[in-house]
Amino acid sequence: MNYRGPLRVRIDEKPMPEILHPQDAIVRVTRSCICGSDLHLYNGSVPDTRPGMTFGHEFTGIVEQIGGEVQKLKVGDHVLVPFNIACGKCVFCQQELYGNCHESNSEATAVGAIYGYSHTAGGYDGGQAEYVRVPYADVSPTVIPDGMDPDDAVMLTDVVPTGYQAAEMAGIQPGDTVCVFGAGPVGIMAARCAWLFGAGRVIVIDCVQYRLEFARNYAPAEVYNFKELDDVVLFMKKTTDWMGADVCIDAVGAEAAGNAMQSLLGRKLLMQGGSATALHWAINSVKKGGIISIVGVYGPIDTLVPIGNVLNKGLTIRANQASVKRLLPRLIEHVQSGVLNPKALITHRVPLEYVSDAYRIFSAKLDNCIKPVLLPPSVRS
Amino acid sequence: MEKRLIDPSQVKGWGIDADPKNDPTYPMKARNNGEHKGYSWQRPTQQRGDVEVLHSNERPHLTAVFGTSTPPRGLSGLLRRFAFRYSESSYGHWLPLMAADRIGVAEGYVEDLARGHIPNVFAERGWAAEWKYNRGSLLLRIGVGVAVISAAVAYLSSDTD
Repeated sequence: MNYRGPLRVRIDEKPMPEILHPQDAIVRVTRSCICGSDLHLYNGSVPDTRPGMTFGHEFTGIVEQIGGEVQKLKVGDHVLVPFNIACGKCVFCQQELYGNCHESNSEATAVGAIYGYSHTAGGYDGGQAEYVRVPYADVSPTVIPDGMDPDDAVMLTDVVPTGYQAAEMAGIQPGDTVCVFGAGPVGIMAARCAWLFGAGRVIVIDCVQYRLEFARNYAPAEVYNFKELDDVVLFMKKTTDWMGADVCIDAVGAEAAGNAMQSLLGRKLLMQGGSATALHWAINSVKKGGIISIVGVYGPIDTLVPIGNVLNKGLTIRANQASVKRLLPRLIEHVQSGVLNPKALITHRVPLEYVSDAYRIFSAKLDNCIKPVLLPPSVRS
Repeated sequence: MEKRLIDPSQVKGWGIDADPKNDPTYPMKARNNGEHKGYSWQRPTQQRGDVEVLHSNERPHLTAVFGTSTPPRGLSGLLRRFAFRYSESSYGHWLPLMAADRIGVAEGYVEDLARGHIPNVFAERGWAAEWKYNRGSLLLRIGVGVAVISAAVAYLSSDTD
């Protein structure tokens, strides 16, 4: 996969990745997903996204080569590769903040390194390819447990942990009303996981009807199309006995629809770090003393949100890239026990050669797409 | 849309991860205050390489590993090098990078043509998928585009007569 500019990607031949560090591995990709956050790159809204780069931070693969310092993995292992590149040694990794590693992204300090996610996130080519270089191979990559469906495994690289951490950061207490903004794969998973923490009521708000229907059945959740609501915040107050939700989760990020000014400034003119409509609604829909959990991705520049209400309502805002390695043991248990069924989110399996069409289908929400997975030729043969 | 009230007790796995201590500042990190000592950890082996890597001026050196995809080059590369003179807190960092990204797209066309490849922009934009799943909208957009361009051409032609 080769990014050529906003809304333009294609398949190209690129040189085989090489071992560049003794803790590297070279992995032959078996599954790679397109993530909602890839669409920020695809739309050209992430600074330092260079034409020629290969995207893809959700992938599984078979270890083909290892560097001299790799001890835990061996050639032939089938691994799921968390989207964070983490050294395991820095003070942040030592405190299980694997999404905030300080030894993997030279280009920025505010974000850890992510495969195939611009030079702002480290300048690594990603997994929407046949082969990929995996640094710090002994730290995060995890051998897929026997019997686990590879489709479940690839969903454990980002979607499941990000959705789970969204619910975890929300500090949900038994009986709480949780409102999730966004019915994309992560929003649906966050709604599903909110129940695991004891939510008493789970509400999902979006404007894409087929995704709301999916969330209604999968999470399960009460679902509302904001195009049918005059005022989302007012609706939330009314439906919570005028208190507001205990917890609001922003699972949308920079591409939010629903507010013309935010869309103009954040999505069209790129004058702020994204369209913060969902976050705006979250801040105003949560009750006083409530918690906002943000997993939707925004750009690095300023973004308009009603910060005064955060102060006046005494809100707690919690946000981070998911710490996948920290969460994997628990989430693998949940998948193996059947509590979570992440592969059910996969609606499209597309040959890697058709990556341009896959991006279009996902970004334009065609053919009732929830989650597309790219399959390299070696897997299909 | 009609709401459906859900009985939590009927949801598989309900409450199995509930944590009364998780309110509201559950420690996402296993705090050890290591950062109080600055760069105190035993750093991993330093990656070597002859690829130009720009690094944030908010850190003293390159990270132990780094990406080597698409090094800076051309006019866009000049802008990127300029941008990295400014911190991540500055528009002087981000705005030149955004400009460089757009210049990089133009450079990409030149590179393609220089190696004899004419990019199929329609295929790159996934119009085959649009044709298959969203034909009406695609035709409408093409029609509007053709009409706008035709009107512009007609206007400019009349202006030059």
